[in-house]
Amino acid sequence: MPSLILRRFSFAAFTIGFVSIVMFAAVEALPGNVCTSFLQRFAQGPRLERCIEQQGLERPALVRYGDWAAGAVQGDFGYSLKKRKPISELIRERFRNTALLGGLAALLAIPFAIFLGIAAGVRRDRPLDLSLSGAAMLAMTVPEFVTATALIYVFAITLQWFPAVTIVSPGAGFLQMLPNIVLPVIVLSAVLIAHIMRMMRASVIDVMASDYVQMARLKGVPERRIIWKHVVPNAMIPALNVIALTIAWLLAGVVVVEKVFNYPGLGTLMIQAIYDRDLPLVQAIALIFSVIYVGVNLLADLAALALDPRLRRKGH
Amino acid sequence: MRKLIATIASKPSGALGLGLTLFHLVLAVLAPWIAPFDPTVQNADAILLPPNATHWMGTDTLGRDVFSRVVHGGRLAIAVTFSAAVVATLWGGFAGIFFGTVGGRVDEYSMRIADAFLSMPWLLFLLLIISIGGAGPLTIIPTLGFFYGVAVLRVVRGAAMQISARDFVTAAKARGEALWPILTREMFPNLSDILLVEGAMRWSWMLLAFSSLSFLGFGATPPTPDWGLMVAQERGLLSTAPWGVFWPCVALSSLIIGINLLADAVGKALGLDRATAAAV
Repeated sequence: MPSLILRRFSFAAFTIGFVSIVMFAAVEALPGNVCTSFLQRFAQGPRLERCIEQQGLERPALVRYGDWAAGAVQGDFGYSLKKRKPISELIRERFRNTALLGGLAALLAIPFAIFLGIAAGVRRDRPLDLSLSGAAMLAMTVPEFVTATALIYVFAITLQWFPAVTIVSPGAGFLQMLPNIVLPVIVLSAVLIAHIMRMMRASVIDVMASDYVQMARLKGVPERRIIWKHVVPNAMIPALNVIALTIAWLLAGVVVVEKVFNYPGLGTLMIQAIYDRDLPLVQAIALIFSVIYVGVNLLADLAALALDPRLRRKGH
Repeated sequence: MRKLIATIASKPSGALGLGLTLFHLVLAVLAPWIAPFDPTVQNADAILLPPNATHWMGTDTLGRDVFSRVVHGGRLAIAVTFSAAVVATLWGGFAGIFFGTVGGRVDEYSMRIADAFLSMPWLLFLLLIISIGGAGPLTIIPTLGFFYGVAVLRVVRGAAMQISARDFVTAAKARGEALWPILTREMFPNLSDILLVEGAMRWSWMLLAFSSLSFLGFGATPPTPDWGLMVAQERGLLSTAPWGVFWPCVALSSLIIGINLLADAVGKALGLDRATAAAV
């Protein structure tokens, strides 16, 4: 058991290391360097020299990677080219805002989706299931910016309940942020709910057809008890993995949704950094997102280990 | 083939999927003949006109005909994502069949790397690559193709492992057949169904991804008529001129839904149930 947990941790560490190398190598592969791509036609003379010195580009790539990785572990991501500030300072408030947005969406969506998935799976192919599954299909396939635009049209323009774009500063307090966050959270949760619900439904249907559920029925165990004692705990395990995978989507979706609502989070900062060709900042944010993602996956793996004794046996 | 189409069309969701997909493909091919106006020509005298007899869907901020732009708006997205889906299916499918057949150490280590790739938020990675290589089909097609190919690889490899354990593959190995004939003659014909469905499914997700990129400003470049870009450009006038946003949204969503329904129906008609099989 401790060795299994250790293996999960080492795979997570391996993935983060791998991702950071790929990201660093991708930027290294670019013709020229970070400074020439930022300065474009102004890349000459003292300006270029100053930039190269500030970014420490005169050192060999391996040393720079080591420095970058070691710094990132301690929360130091180097200097932004455009904003001329330490990146860690730029992202602090943004990180809080994105965490608030993503955290609220996940907190709202996960229990709700699990409940809906159970309801749909238990009543397979009946009207409730068909309408829930249809709605999930819609939420999964319609792009987030379309859903968001529709919500803005209804709730911000027609009804005027919530603001259409975020107008508060990145450092605003929670209460000031609250009305701005409602619509983005709804858009994000809708897709999360759809994905998790679908998996939960399939998983419930699978378990409902199993021998032990049949056996419980034949013994005369009440249906309600069968569902909560036998079906739900067993159906949760495969759904856990999907919850972790949808977090990947959540992180990507956050970028689009933040852009639609002009929400002051990491996503909008990253898009701005791409417009500005501020590669150190882009790299830092991409790395942060990857670490969060790998961390969530690790948590899901550990939760699955805790829930399912079969996974703890050798051979897995 | 004819039988397959008949099975798909026999269910309402399959018929709808097939209909929507064909409709959009025909529209994209025939766009220059259908559109009454040039989608890029600006008209200062016809800015933000509501829908009327000449401009069926109104005009946009630059006086361009929205109907003509919507009709043209899928061409780039369909071309780019279809190419990327072909790339993903080819490389992911081939690698998946190979690793599923070979097995052993090679397979185990490769799957670790595949899992590491699957644990990257790929849109962020795409954005990183775009910020290095610049936006445009030549960056987007290989990147989308590569990342979605990893997911195809995972699914196909799982299926290939099951096939490679079957008797006819064991027999071929015992006959002393080389690896290549086993891959192409024994494995591939048994996996082509899965490849087809996976490819179609990835195509619909790629359309979603590409339109999101366009919306963010990293896909199609102005003045190209593109649904995602149109929404981004006309969004500021949502309260006064919603038609410039509404129709591209409808067109884009209906195409993605159509392909998704079609892929689902093809899978069911071929006896593959995607609902429980593939999580990625």
